Amino acid sequence: MKTLAELKAIREKMQNQVGLRAEDHNHTRVVVGMATCGIAAGARPVLTKISQEVQERGLTDKIAVTQTGCIGLCQYEPIVEVMVPGEPKVTYIHMNPEKAVEVVNRHLAGGHVVDEYTLGAADIK
Amino acid sequence: MYRSHVLVCGGTGCTSSGSPQIIERLKDEIERQGLSDEVAVIQTGCHGLCALGPIMIVYPDASFYSMVKVEDIPEIVSEHLLKGRVVTRLLYDETVTSAGVKALIDTDFYKKQHRVALRNCGVINPEVIDEYIGTGGYEALGKVLTEMTPDDVIQVLLDSGLRGRGGGGFPTGLKWKLAKQNDADQKYVCCNADEGDPGAFMDRSVLEGDPHVVLEAMAIAGYAIGANQGYIYVRAEYPIAVDRLRIAIDQAREYNLLGKDIFGTGFDFDIDLRLGAGAFVCGEETALMTSIEGKRGEPRPRPPFPAQKGLFGKPTILNNVETYANIPQIILNGPEWFASMGTEKSKGTKVFALGGKIHNTGLVEIPMGTTLREVIEEIGGGIPNGKKFKAAQTGGPSGGCIPAEHFDIPIDYDNLISIGSMMGSGGLIVMDEDDCMVDIAKFFLEFTVEESCGKCTPCRVGTRRMLEILTKITKGQATMEDLDKLEELCYYIKNNSLCGLGQTAPNPVLSTLRYFRDEYEAHIKEKRCPAGVCKALLSYVIDRDKCRGCTLCARNCPAGAIIGSVKSPHIIDTEKCVKCGACMEKCKFGAISKR
Repeated sequence: MKTLAELKAIREKMQNQVGLRAEDHNHTRVVVGMATCGIAAGARPVLTKISQEVQERGLTDKIAVTQTGCIGLCQYEPIVEVMVPGEPKVTYIHMNPEKAVEVVNRHLAGGHVVDEYTLGAADIK
Repeated sequence: MYRSHVLVCGGTGCTSSGSPQIIERLKDEIERQGLSDEVAVIQTGCHGLCALGPIMIVYPDASFYSMVKVEDIPEIVSEHLLKGRVVTRLLYDETVTSAGVKALIDTDFYKKQHRVALRNCGVINPEVIDEYIGTGGYEALGKVLTEMTPDDVIQVLLDSGLRGRGGGGFPTGLKWKLAKQNDADQKYVCCNADEGDPGAFMDRSVLEGDPHVVLEAMAIAGYAIGANQGYIYVRAEYPIAVDRLRIAIDQAREYNLLGKDIFGTGFDFDIDLRLGAGAFVCGEETALMTSIEGKRGEPRPRPPFPAQKGLFGKPTILNNVETYANIPQIILNGPEWFASMGTEKSKGTKVFALGGKIHNTGLVEIPMGTTLREVIEEIGGGIPNGKKFKAAQTGGPSGGCIPAEHFDIPIDYDNLISIGSMMGSGGLIVMDEDDCMVDIAKFFLEFTVEESCGKCTPCRVGTRRMLEILTKITKGQATMEDLDKLEELCYYIKNNSLCGLGQTAPNPVLSTLRYFRDEYEAHIKEKRCPAGVCKALLSYVIDRDKCRGCTLCARNCPAGAIIGSVKSPHIIDTEKCVKCGACMEKCKFGAISKR
């Protein structure tokens, strides 16, 4: 390796990975339900997909993707909650990797809640 | 790409408390539970909280596990890494509150710290150059080589106010300027990693946790003064640091960040390691360079200073590891950023190794001007067992003590010198009411007597005479004339020794005399050690009224010095007593005391 451009390329590739190790109160938190119910319903590929998308887009300095246990709505798993500091929590249900990518695109990157996937949109009695 | 990173400390402290086994088990268990593609295990350098090792941090949620045991690993993997349920009972207890888990950056230990030199320690894998580059590594070198002249670089350092972190506090920019001004066909850049003060281990931690920062800064120095060769003089007793430096140098050469024509700018620079055999005097600059030359490590008189005639008789700069660790950040963030931290004459931060009678033994980096009280009571977590603070020793065998009356002094170079101590390399040993100051002074003198190279008489003979007087004092055999002689010797050695080792050797005595003369006098006049440390002045006695005659003390006495029959009060034969204190420890009735 010789040039500054090549150094920059390595930096860009690596900084999102190292950025995962940042600690900040202003992080948006994305939490995937990973209790037995969540895992059985397919939460693991959802979690991996979101984490990967966030890293690839270079958003690790703003967004932390973590897991949580069962929140009691087992029939709606996989559940993904998005908590932006200062905004109400958004709960997405029945997620899969494809829907997750859409949430990353439209909500995490674009700032618009994907209403049709939220718990609010589901007809809960 | 991994969704979670598990950082395990691989510094010397955590390695000795078992982190390699933790890493091995963690990798096995992650594999077994099918998480290998999702969770990465990363070995890092020191996090600072060495007392709580082995330390493990799980990101992105930043859960801080302390004193991790191999048996805990399966639970952490299945509960936390798979299901996201943090194993609260294994977390660092400071982070666990009734309101939930507190962020690490909000704990007392971390919240007042400001990490510049230790920026990457405990964050990146020191054995992977890409991780260093990922945090902005080698960008400062790129900037210097493509956008700045050597004079610009030196001006930035001068403006930043950076002073040598090895202890002397000489302005780094000025040192570089002098070396640049001396024309020569060959110049050298050296790094002093011969950290020898008892209790100091910040340089080791930087080398173990972030070795590339030192290489980058040395290359910058090479460009600034016009040198193409660097040497790192590191202690052979730091095997992990040496290993990681070797790996780092190899990787930097592979990327051509060391070698010929760096970044295509025509600038050549390479670095070699030299291992020191552990002589304290080799931390002195002229002795260090003599040792690199392959000769016996002895100092020589200055002038000529290294900037004029240093290594192999050529202009040389020698800076300490921590000084170098600050430089790439100063280049990238600008001198104003650095100068905005600290006090008027001491800019930036300083790393201290906390040791002795303190709760959080470990490594802390604080802005200059932080008070000793903040360091000890807040960051350090105070003194264990409710004991009273007596003094803090800074600067190791070259430094002095800071007594309780200066507890609120803002720590910087000049303040410490004004109260008879010094910054030193940053060892900070806390002492409580159970420490005898004469004994402490004697401890440091024993060290200097052992480490004196013997070249000049004041140091070789003088320190030995000082130690003899101190020994007499601790045995209760000294007179007040001895004390006067001791003081006279101190000034004589200080003024007449060849190098820094001898010139500073009397400091521990002078500063304890300054603040604790009454303790010296108690030893001499009353034949009493107020802290109850000096054995020759102690005697153990059994209180007749409290003794039940249980014989436990007699059975535990290694010297057979306790006489008495069952159910009648025992007596200690002071002739035979070796003053080990075993009887006092064993007595269930509190009948034994020392005087």
